[in-house]
Amino acid sequence: MEVDREDGRTQNQLRPLACSRNVLHRAHGSASWYQGDTKVLAAVYGPKAGARKNENPEKACIEVIWKPKTGQTGKLEKEYEMILKRTLQSICILTVNPNTTTSIIIQVVNDDGALLPCAINAACVALVDAGIPMKHLAVAICCCVAKSGYVIMDPTKLEEQKMKSFAYLVFPNSVHSVLPEGSVQGEPMEHGIVTSVTHGIMSVDDYFYCLERGCAASAKLSDFLRRSLQRHPTDSSKAG
Amino acid sequence: MGLPNASGDLSTEVEVDAFRRLFPLRFYEKHLSESIRPDARPLGRARDTTIALGAVASANGSALAKIGSTTMLAAIKMEVMTPSTETPDEGCVAIDFHMPPICSPIVRPGRPAEAAPVVSKQLSDTILSSGMISLKELCLVSGKAAWMAYLDIYCLDADGALFDTALLSAVAAFSHLEIPVVSLNDDGKIVLLSEEQEGMSEREPVNKEKRKLTLCSIPFSLTCILHKNYILADPTAEEESIMETLVTIVLDSSSQLVSLYKPGGPVLAYTSAIQDCIAITRQRVKELQKILEEAISVMEVD
Repeated sequence: MEVDREDGRTQNQLRPLACSRNVLHRAHGSASWYQGDTKVLAAVYGPKAGARKNENPEKACIEVIWKPKTGQTGKLEKEYEMILKRTLQSICILTVNPNTTTSIIIQVVNDDGALLPCAINAACVALVDAGIPMKHLAVAICCCVAKSGYVIMDPTKLEEQKMKSFAYLVFPNSVHSVLPEGSVQGEPMEHGIVTSVTHGIMSVDDYFYCLERGCAASAKLSDFLRRSLQRHPTDSSKAG
Repeated sequence: MGLPNASGDLSTEVEVDAFRRLFPLRFYEKHLSESIRPDARPLGRARDTTIALGAVASANGSALAKIGSTTMLAAIKMEVMTPSTETPDEGCVAIDFHMPPICSPIVRPGRPAEAAPVVSKQLSDTILSSGMISLKELCLVSGKAAWMAYLDIYCLDADGALFDTALLSAVAAFSHLEIPVVSLNDDGKIVLLSEEQEGMSEREPVNKEKRKLTLCSIPFSLTCILHKNYILADPTAEEESIMETLVTIVLDSSSQLVSLYKPGGPVLAYTSAIQDCIAITRQRVKELQKILEEAISVMEVD
């Protein structure tokens, strides 16, 4: 089915991605991530001695601070902080540095749709840049379901508002980036969902369709993530 | 938790309570392998659920919902406001969720609970995006006056499945809500009519009589824990703290998906697990619908 999108993309096409690492000098790790006009800056401080209330003698603690582009931190930002925190907790190896706190600060530079997925991707790169031990990476994507039933990937703000519903999905990055192919049994790990947040009404079938498409699109994202992490940190990488 | 070999040997030697405290995860896994939970529920069964409508006399609509020992009190207060210029013929719903220190040992006085703003946001997203309430119905005079519904939910006892209980109490409060009678006074302002005035007032009321909101496609939710291959429906606070992967599914009465919420967690959700969760939620939605209908019919008899 042909779908007209304002910027001339096809249904499954993502916006141009760009990522640069080590953009801040004081932070232990930092990254900026662009998806079209959505831009997020992430900084990681830590692991540092945790003197916080949520300190745990067995596990490292992760805290996320979300800074909106303008205005005060509200409920939306609190929710994003919680989702980001739980998502990052699930991909980091927390037992390596017990009794420490790692702070991740997310600064929204520009919001043009798919903000939370963009922030998750940025945070992931920043964690790698800071050398925090991780089980695997996470790739996040936004899928929109239109009233007439078609699904589009990585919407802009305008598209997000016009659509009936959308889903933010986070998948583990494709395994064959680290292991030789064919070493995973059963359902491939990258089909498992780390995080799922939906908004608006959709049918159950639509959701599974989103999952399928999101998973396919996340493979491209995951390739891009790997390529950009292999480059020298100060180079900014770009892809179409 | 702990050394798996050591705990395996200890399980026959130490007392049950000690084992539960020392190796909580092992304790649960031993139960789960027998398809039972420590509170004697099968894995897919939710706790007993009750709804009492009209718990707050001073509110326009209220309900007390209990799932197991998790208790939520929801109350709605209606106020007249001037609608915004962008949506002149729509009312407004403001939803707030409170977790006072009495609800859980985790919440300390003077320090707001971290979960409260998140649940609050989730609730307003779910209720407003589900299309349960038509905001146009809250309009009184287009561009001049509309209803503002303040929904406040208080958590009295937090024992897991906070969002499920909060949503149930919110939905029940809306189904109990009666919109009061108002009329225009001489200055063109909206005033409330008290019970006695209703008959005598020569002014024409704006809305003829107390009315109920029409609720279409009511959303109901179920939270499940994913742990290894097990799916545990409607977790208690203890279960939530030990097994951290939670999936909350909201379906409306026509089985459409309103929300599928899984904020991280160490276990990955595969398609088959999600399908199973949705199937359990479908059953639970039927149960909850019945419980709500019963509560409404009891109210009407009184």
